[in-house]
Amino acid sequence: MFPLWLRLYLSRDKSRTLRPKSLRVWKPIPAQHRSFCSHFLHYFLSHCPQNEVFSEEEGAEDVMATGELNPNHYPAQRAAKVVQHYLTTRYGSPYRLFGLQRVHSGNAEDVGDSGRKYQLEIAVHEIISNTTQKCSAEVFFPHGQKQESPQVQASCEELLNISTKAQEEALYQQYKMNQTLISAQNLPDSHGHIEPDTKPLWHLGIVASSFIMLKESNENTLYNMAQVANITQLATENDQLKFDCHTLLHDMVSQVNTHNYELLDALENGRKSKLFP
Amino acid sequence: MLNSVGLSFMLLLSAVGAAIVERVGYDYSKYHPMPEITSWMTQMEKDYPGVVSIVDYGKSYEGRTISLLKIGLNTGEKKKAIWMDCGIHAREWIAPAFCQYFVSQILQSYKTDTIMEQMMKDMDFYVTPVLNVDGYIYSWKDNTTRLWRKNRSPGPPGCDCYGTDLNRNFEANWGTIGVSFDCCSQTYCGTKPKSEPETQSVMNFLASRKDDFLCFLTIHSYSQLLLIPFGHPDFTATNYDELMTVGLGASDAIRKVHGMEYAVGTSPAILYPNSGSSRDWARMQGIPLSYTFELRDNGTFGFELPEDQIKPTCEEAYSGALHIITYAHDKTFNGAVVTAAATLWTVLLAVGVTGANLI
Repeated sequence: MFPLWLRLYLSRDKSRTLRPKSLRVWKPIPAQHRSFCSHFLHYFLSHCPQNEVFSEEEGAEDVMATGELNPNHYPAQRAAKVVQHYLTTRYGSPYRLFGLQRVHSGNAEDVGDSGRKYQLEIAVHEIISNTTQKCSAEVFFPHGQKQESPQVQASCEELLNISTKAQEEALYQQYKMNQTLISAQNLPDSHGHIEPDTKPLWHLGIVASSFIMLKESNENTLYNMAQVANITQLATENDQLKFDCHTLLHDMVSQVNTHNYELLDALENGRKSKLFP
Repeated sequence: MLNSVGLSFMLLLSAVGAAIVERVGYDYSKYHPMPEITSWMTQMEKDYPGVVSIVDYGKSYEGRTISLLKIGLNTGEKKKAIWMDCGIHAREWIAPAFCQYFVSQILQSYKTDTIMEQMMKDMDFYVTPVLNVDGYIYSWKDNTTRLWRKNRSPGPPGCDCYGTDLNRNFEANWGTIGVSFDCCSQTYCGTKPKSEPETQSVMNFLASRKDDFLCFLTIHSYSQLLLIPFGHPDFTATNYDELMTVGLGASDAIRKVHGMEYAVGTSPAILYPNSGSSRDWARMQGIPLSYTFELRDNGTFGFELPEDQIKPTCEEAYSGALHIITYAHDKTFNGAVVTAAATLWTVLLAVGVTGANLI
């Protein structure tokens, strides 16, 4: 008898039922037989010889994603993307847009049964000023019956050094004083084009989406905003600017595009709040 | 008499001039709808007779022809080959843009670059600018169709949605991981392997020629990655080390152009596990250097990459592809030269050692 590890991966599909995503049978494979067995594992499972040497395939991290992580591999990359969304909700603005430049290093550990904690050293790119920041971050993915949002802590050296206050103030005044409420669709358009005067609205859409992307992320997702389908300014009685956003999100892992609707409030002093309709 | 001749001559000159302008006028920094790509292919064949020929090798679900450009200098012999396909996923517009750029580049450079000229003599390039023709055309229809991914075949009885993910439909561990059997899913793998006419076109074309092919490059977006076989985490390619080394070399070449990082690895390691991909099928056929290119960007624009990024993306991807192609070529051809030289030296040495038999 040889030890046989069976791992059933469950994922939630659209119909909200738990369906097996993949069934992996992981067996120790001796090095000299590795390639032979790898090719024919599917068909000759019972014929592969056994010993204590474990195949060091990338599948190993699929099982655990614990300890030191390969920064280029998906577990660290997905956790780092969550940090990007977090930074956008905290610091994003019509004049500040973040991209994940690179993951320098990562580490993951289980926190009992409650979830998994990732520690990351990443480089974040502020796209508009074209500057790169080093950030240390911690991402905790809770493991529970219900999907819960990840919790993020991040400290970036000089993230707010580039002052965008003046531009944001000018934009706020422009939108506040406008006779007509501003509205834009398809940002970017099919050809990747965004009219310069609607770019701040695209950024606002990204900020709004990031609240949802942050909330919905887990270790099996990798979200990006694909497009702002529609962003429309709504009238307000007070100092707030209010926008109705219809955005399309893309999840790289499932390749699914989802429609999302957000209401975004922006206050004069730059404080943002997020309302769900 | 002279006047009329002169006039005709002027007319002839301006006609030739117009023709040259038209040829030079194709804008590789714009996304082109299918009819323009088809005209461009016809034009390439016209402009490079004996070097470029169109090969129709299949039909899409909606009955459109799937074509490739066969490019090479005719030596009259059976030649080794390089495969490149673009646009297997409809919404990845930068991919067909790259195939067109790639073709224009190799045709430009072989006239002045002796290395490229030699490669064109030794190998044929088979380039499919748009594999998923129906899907691509559908993604051009309007704002709501831009993000279409799959082909346009109807779902099986009982399922209302359209489209199979062609890159899950190949006969390579089909239906085992990273797929859905729900026909509405983006990764619906079809009713069975090779169920789709587009998949059949590629598989049928290559099956009889697989021994000729040194290299299989399939172009996608986005994520900035070079993916090597296999998509199933339990399978490792026998030449994994070679695939990684050459891939990392390609990634270095890419970085040198505009500083962009492209990570290299198997799909399950750096992206997600999958099955039924064209890359995996090609590798299983024995084509040793099989890569998926995921081009720009990293999610900022995603599939809707701005046109001002087409040229830099194509430049860096060209550099990466060329690294792999050059390796494949040199391994096959220069290796033979080295062996011949070694044999000659061995013979000479042997003669020298055994004495003056030849004198």
